[in-house]
Amino acid sequence: MQEKELIPYLYRTEFRKITAVLCRLFGIEHITIAEDIVGDTFLLAAETWGLKGVPANPAAWLYIVAKNKTRDFLKRNTIFNEKVSPHVQYSTDESHEIEVDLSSTNINDSQLQMMFAICYPGIPPESQIGLSLRILCSFSIDEIADAFLTNKETINKRLYRAKEKLKQDKVQIEMPPASEIGKRIETVLTTLYLLFNEGYYSSSRNTVLTKDLCLEAMRLTHMLTENESTDKPEVNALLALMCFHASRFDARVDKNGELILYEDQDISLWNSELIKQGERYLNRAAKGELISRYHLEAAIAYWHTAERDSPEKWEKVLSLYNRLLMVEYSPIAALNRTYALAKVYGNEAAIIEAEKLGLDQNHLYHLLLGELYSEAERQKAIWHFTTASKLTKTSADRTVIRKKIEKLKH
Amino acid sequence: MKEFAMVYRSEPMGEIKLTAEGNMEVSKEWENWMGSAAAQNKLVSPGLRLGNEGRVVKPGNVVTNGPYAEIKEIIGGLSVFRADSIEEATERAKSCPILNVGGNVEVREIIQMNG
Repeated sequence: MQEKELIPYLYRTEFRKITAVLCRLFGIEHITIAEDIVGDTFLLAAETWGLKGVPANPAAWLYIVAKNKTRDFLKRNTIFNEKVSPHVQYSTDESHEIEVDLSSTNINDSQLQMMFAICYPGIPPESQIGLSLRILCSFSIDEIADAFLTNKETINKRLYRAKEKLKQDKVQIEMPPASEIGKRIETVLTTLYLLFNEGYYSSSRNTVLTKDLCLEAMRLTHMLTENESTDKPEVNALLALMCFHASRFDARVDKNGELILYEDQDISLWNSELIKQGERYLNRAAKGELISRYHLEAAIAYWHTAERDSPEKWEKVLSLYNRLLMVEYSPIAALNRTYALAKVYGNEAAIIEAEKLGLDQNHLYHLLLGELYSEAERQKAIWHFTTASKLTKTSADRTVIRKKIEKLKH
Repeated sequence: MKEFAMVYRSEPMGEIKLTAEGNMEVSKEWENWMGSAAAQNKLVSPGLRLGNEGRVVKPGNVVTNGPYAEIKEIIGGLSVFRADSIEEATERAKSCPILNVGGNVEVREIIQMNG
């Protein structure tokens, strides 16, 4: 790897690991101090390696420097020292130095515990995601701002407020007791699901970044499956869902950055390895009696990777959307259900159902009706597509809609 | 928006069939009918389906085997929907699959009790 790329790469992989360990050491009230120490470590790396060359084991170098900086900090702040978490291990040294444990076990444990601490219902979802990106995924403030299509100041404020709330509510960095894990995992999964969606449906122009968001969400979800106490069926179902969606990354966007719709995608660009992974996790999810919304969504995603267009597929997909809506309503599920209904029972029946949905301020609703009217009533279809174009917020959508209208006019 | 209970009555249904996974098999018609309401965000709860066996307890600790002796029709289940009026709820009930097997639907407004 080029020396220039080494530090950013290590930043992405190691920042979060060291930060998680230090956060746990210092407690939730001092997350910023942990971030600062690790930030300083990387600054030193950037300064030193340029002059003295890259060390033989770069990651180990970072760990040693971070440990030293932590010890120095604790020595200078004795009050701080006394409050340090009981998990701290003391070395056999007579100097009673704080041992910073950067073993892979402690790194994984710390990250998992941080995940539960950050995915706290007391702070708003976008803050949970923001903090997750910062602490769990090593994203810079600039990158987070880009992901949310906002600016640095907004993100800094958001993260600051979130940390204050965690402090205020005295959130502990620890694994929840077994009796509570089921409930706390729900919040974690919602955050990971939203994080994945940020990448998948993002309007950001930076496609490398948005893909990264999805991959990070998958990595964190995968971490949960690797730990016995959090390896639940719904976690596996969510991971399966993410794998299926991610398998179409390369087929979704053309070289100009424009969206390619599902039915127009080049199947050879679908990642079959990810599809296989998805199937594997879907199987692992098929344990126990509870069918979560993730199970249903993963099953739907599975059908979309398995086949393009068969009567059986659409009947199954319709049934799955029925069940999903019975568990939880969402406008997108309602619209997708109607599309599946059209495939099974025809456009006319679907139009009748669609008009009862009460979603006429939603551009996707008009996109759907445009599709449904395309064959039988062209003028109505054009009207709906035009309305959709006026209601949508992204230019990628407008381009797609424009093409549909043109197709109809010929 | 108000909430309405729909009580389904019909002759006792046959054995409740189980799918390969051991779940109760819900017919496509019922699933589509519920799904339609759910898609409109008007399904509060798919509700309960009642088994065929029953007991009736009367004053004096009198217990009989279900209401089957006199009545041919039993309550099969109950769901809750949202609607602006009983007319709207009734309109939805007209497409209930229970009607296809000679059954009927009773539509009743739910009175919200403040605790």
